[in-house]
Amino acid sequence: MTSQDSAAGLKSSSVAGIEDKARGAWRGWQERRRTRLSNRQMFYRHTVSVRVLHWINAICLAIMFMSGLQIFNAHPALYWGRYSDFDHPALWLTSEQDAQGHLRGITQIGTTRFDTTGWLGASSADGQMTERGFPSWATLPGPQWLAMGRLWHFFFAWIFVINGLLFAVYAIWSRHFQRDLLPKISDLRHLGRDIVDHIRLRFPKGEAAKHYNVLQKIAYFSVVFILGPLIVLTGLTMSPTMDSVFPFLLWVFGGRQSARTIHFICAFSFLGFFIVHIVMVMLAGPWNEIRSMITGRYAIAPEEPPHGN
Amino acid sequence: MGTDRRNFLARAAAGAGALALSACKGPSETTWFPKLLDSAEVLTKKVQRLFAGPTTLAPEFTKADISSFFKANGTLNPGTTDYNAAVANNFQDWKISVGGLVEHPLKLSLAELRAMPSRTQITRHDCVEGWSCIGEWTGAPLKNVLARAVPRANARYVVFYCADPMSSDPTDPQYYYESLDLIEACHPQTILAYDMNGEALSVPHGAPVRLRCERQLGYKHAKYVQRLELVETFDHINGGNGGYWEDNGYTWWAGI
Repeated sequence: MTSQDSAAGLKSSSVAGIEDKARGAWRGWQERRRTRLSNRQMFYRHTVSVRVLHWINAICLAIMFMSGLQIFNAHPALYWGRYSDFDHPALWLTSEQDAQGHLRGITQIGTTRFDTTGWLGASSADGQMTERGFPSWATLPGPQWLAMGRLWHFFFAWIFVINGLLFAVYAIWSRHFQRDLLPKISDLRHLGRDIVDHIRLRFPKGEAAKHYNVLQKIAYFSVVFILGPLIVLTGLTMSPTMDSVFPFLLWVFGGRQSARTIHFICAFSFLGFFIVHIVMVMLAGPWNEIRSMITGRYAIAPEEPPHGN
Repeated sequence: MGTDRRNFLARAAAGAGALALSACKGPSETTWFPKLLDSAEVLTKKVQRLFAGPTTLAPEFTKADISSFFKANGTLNPGTTDYNAAVANNFQDWKISVGGLVEHPLKLSLAELRAMPSRTQITRHDCVEGWSCIGEWTGAPLKNVLARAVPRANARYVVFYCADPMSSDPTDPQYYYESLDLIEACHPQTILAYDMNGEALSVPHGAPVRLRCERQLGYKHAKYVQRLELVETFDHINGGNGGYWEDNGYTWWAGI
């Protein structure tokens, strides 16, 4: 090594100097890291119950969303009202042949039509353009198979509902709901500041990082306690047997086909929540966030010292 | 029932295998996993039955709610020689036989069925695919027909045999069939319907007689009904799952 360095025309003394410098830099970096680690506070953020229920819920939502798209594909249209007015769908994923005889996917919202070939209405399955509401990569199972999609959907529906009820009971009993999730009047006062902080991607440090800010509270509260019950109730409203038990559900949602449409909107609201949730985890520090939902431990960065200059 | 169910799952898996995108075998194509998923059917049935007693009624609507277009699904015309002949003579010789585990097997002509007490109901038809249509149905409550035949103590299900072949292969026509248990069969809104929207049932909607069981999905509402059989179990009938679509992977409990 030394001979090669010499061959490159470097004096061994100057090499030693550089190495010293590097060692020093590394020691400094280590020191700063140690200080950072000792300054940072490990905070036990999520109880084991919350963590287990969270991951069961994540699996259920993924499966129910994809098997729900499979079921939707059996009749890829939505309506408002008590029955299906086939001439006036609210949403219709369909297809048509173009002048060249190629299959085009069409998405019709109200009376407006969009060409969505490859994505909605017609998509490629096994290299062959096929008439299909949602593409096979988005559905469970992949091929058109309503009976199997229903088996998946209703099995995981039970787990989703039981899991959700367990969470609701736990959250209220442990006061997690009242303490951490329910937005308070005082929270709403700094709603504006939280929105600005969110837009500027400034994440809370120190004591503030131990609590959900008002936007998080609103998001978690409405997803768990509004969207969740709504998607279950609109699902039950589609059941002819349950309609004989709770006919008022039909009145609440404006008929079975409206309930089906609201169920679909809820499903895509869950997808929207999921996307924002993942983006926020990525921006806020994915390792710290994911660890906190696996081990419960969440590292809190110290509050920035007041700026001297 | 266990082995038959496995058989159906194997068949369903084989069918799906042919459709599958590639050689990769997902859990849906195994035999054990769909069986696990299907365990929820029993839970769903039991819980729904816990809420829905034997007489809770499906919602009924007004004439103003009737769909201007009522979609006909499944078989639109059985098209067999026998059926075409029955259409030609206006179903005058159509008989509905009731047999199996009954004290008094009987055969009812359409005139006899129409002479029985009738019920008219405006109800919503929910297809398993997701769409709904509202129509008015008139028919004889099934419980009255069963009461005439006097089911034996061990009778648990009513099996409905239909005139429409589901296969184009004449050597294996696979006639449509369905089944209800006695709770659903004796429900006040379960009728053998012969009129729809005030007129005799049309061929696409199951002429001359179709089943209406308003708390169940559309595939339970057997059309072109010819024969009723009371049984203790449907293990020995076709695929052993209690219906044509049930033999093709759909759940026997069609309450959701």
